[in-house]
Amino acid sequence: MAIFLNKDSKVIVQGMTGATGMKHTKLMLGDGTNIVGGVNPRKAGTSVDFDGTEVPVFGSVAEAMEKTGADVSVLFVPPAFAKAAVVEAIDAEIPLAVVITEGIAVHDSAAFWAYAKSKGNKTRIIGPNCPGLITPGQSNAGIIPGDITKPGRIGLVSKSGTLTYQMMYELRDIGFSSAVGIGGDPVIGTTHIDALAAFEADPDTDLIVMIGEIGGDAEERAADFIKANVTKPVVGYVAGFTAPEGKTMGHAGAIVSGSSGTAAAKKEALEAAGVKVGKTPTETAKLARAILAG
Amino acid sequence: MDLFEYQARDLFAKHGVPVLAGEVIDTPEAAREATERLGGKSVVKAQVKVGGRGKAGGVKLAATPDEAVARATDILGMDIKGHTVNKVMIAETAPEIAEEYYVSYLLDRTNRTFLAMASVEGGMDIEEVAATKPEALAKVPVDANEGVTKEKAAEIVAQAKFPAEVADQVADILVTLWKTFIAEDALLVEVNPLAKVADGRVIALDGKVSLDENADFRQPEHEALEDKAAANPLEAAAKAKNLNYVKLDGEVGIIGNGAGLVMSTLDVVAYAGEAHDNVKPANFLDIGGGASAEVMANGLEIILGDPDVKSVFVNVFGGITACDEVANGIVQALELLKSKGEEVTKPLVVRLDGNNAELGRKILSDANHPLVQRVDTMDGAADKAAELAAAAK
Repeated sequence: MAIFLNKDSKVIVQGMTGATGMKHTKLMLGDGTNIVGGVNPRKAGTSVDFDGTEVPVFGSVAEAMEKTGADVSVLFVPPAFAKAAVVEAIDAEIPLAVVITEGIAVHDSAAFWAYAKSKGNKTRIIGPNCPGLITPGQSNAGIIPGDITKPGRIGLVSKSGTLTYQMMYELRDIGFSSAVGIGGDPVIGTTHIDALAAFEADPDTDLIVMIGEIGGDAEERAADFIKANVTKPVVGYVAGFTAPEGKTMGHAGAIVSGSSGTAAAKKEALEAAGVKVGKTPTETAKLARAILAG
Repeated sequence: MDLFEYQARDLFAKHGVPVLAGEVIDTPEAAREATERLGGKSVVKAQVKVGGRGKAGGVKLAATPDEAVARATDILGMDIKGHTVNKVMIAETAPEIAEEYYVSYLLDRTNRTFLAMASVEGGMDIEEVAATKPEALAKVPVDANEGVTKEKAAEIVAQAKFPAEVADQVADILVTLWKTFIAEDALLVEVNPLAKVADGRVIALDGKVSLDENADFRQPEHEALEDKAAANPLEAAAKAKNLNYVKLDGEVGIIGNGAGLVMSTLDVVAYAGEAHDNVKPANFLDIGGGASAEVMANGLEIILGDPDVKSVFVNVFGGITACDEVANGIVQALELLKSKGEEVTKPLVVRLDGNNAELGRKILSDANHPLVQRVDTMDGAADKAAELAAAAK
């Protein structure tokens, strides 16, 4: 089962022929991902050899879908061209588009989100500025290292890439059903709530770890959602308690403005919803362990 | 990037939002000519990126060019909530103000859409209006792809209940302000107050603009708007080397990979500091994935150049990048700095975990640098770094 991605997923890569796309396509193939094609209009009709695996290049997402039955696209397209690439994926109605690209202008991400909405949200967007998602042992759509951990029964959703890796590493002996990096930008497609709902419905997930950070009110809204809809245990971590007001901490969305977006408010909201919140990543992993041990 | 009022005013004017004449100066004497050009009287306005400058005495009327020089002398150099006034705007005096309104566009993160906010009760802090009289603040979602047409503007005007006699003027301003928002890749455009003056005109008297730096690739003119004089010298040096660095006020220098992990590292160091003379993180520095020797050296150079730093904590989780590469990067960075005559003199605590961590740790142990200590857990390493900083304080 797992969420959003499994062994049957047929993955294409938009921007596969660029340096980053090439590097990560190779790694994704190594993790067992069924990559059925790349997209680049200028190289349509050619193919790329990844250690003996020939991956064909198509002229468009629509063509790749028609010829291969692809249902997931991973995007490594540079920021200036990312909006057009996401719009193309939406027009082709591919069920899942994973936007890895960092540094997309907010007007572009707001525009492609509004476009996806106007088209009835037939394409689930994950990201932008995210590490993608992995269902260990089945498929990897993005840049999360495939060898940190193994299949298991923890579901993970996180705004941060490296904290995703850190948490998977802390709990590597238990393993994960799926881990989803939703990204640290102000406008993102899939939210904590979307992932929480999917993990709640996933029979392969017993416990959910949720990682948040300063900025916006996504964690507070997730807390409300957990209170009303999630029966599985949730363990949380929030980064940025010591971040000063008005300074962007790396992620474009990670900024405290006035009293809004603080880590303390997020922790309080999550705890009020019954979520156990760790002070550090290590303590958070311990909380998860304790719950799973009964 | 937040802009000064005069820069916001220039952008408004460029896109057709009605504003008063004015120019920015940085010496008192220049106030005389500027005021003469405005017909002999002016308003002298401190240019600071913080609210409440009027109450702080940063906005003064000048009835003559001499008076403008005197007011500019008072205001230049003034401290307003920790911001030093280096520039003043000499602005045209507004005709008598009849009413003050508020309009803005911004990103509504919660609903992932743009939002128009408008109120006929402008002039004061809009957060106060929102808190005390929410019914007086209209909030109208704006679709990013449909934008603000004349019809949409009329909808905003109606929802905010603008008086009929200014409805058309305000609607026009909403359309030109939207042009500013889109054309400049702004995260916020705000006019407060938008004033109706005695002769019936509606004019933007003060405003705020914040720009999206991710759009710099298509906004070549925005670089010139940066306030280089006010930037922290360490932040400026880091920016010149493409490093993601924020100066903080503690003693433990921090280097890590990934924004989330570095934010978390700051927290863990602050907690550890509670047991060590309350030392705190001195900075945020994300060297990103890869962490080549050169990037590591650039990062170390910035951090060691910060006189507040007493110890350094390098916290790396090897994801795609293997820890042996990171360890080699650290060793080479130390040598690179030494060859540049900037040998490391402050203790370094390094924590490596993840991909090839054992190999990476061995490389550090073999290099046996006298100031580099390995601690293999994040919490343990933070404690060690805090302890060393407290000892050197």
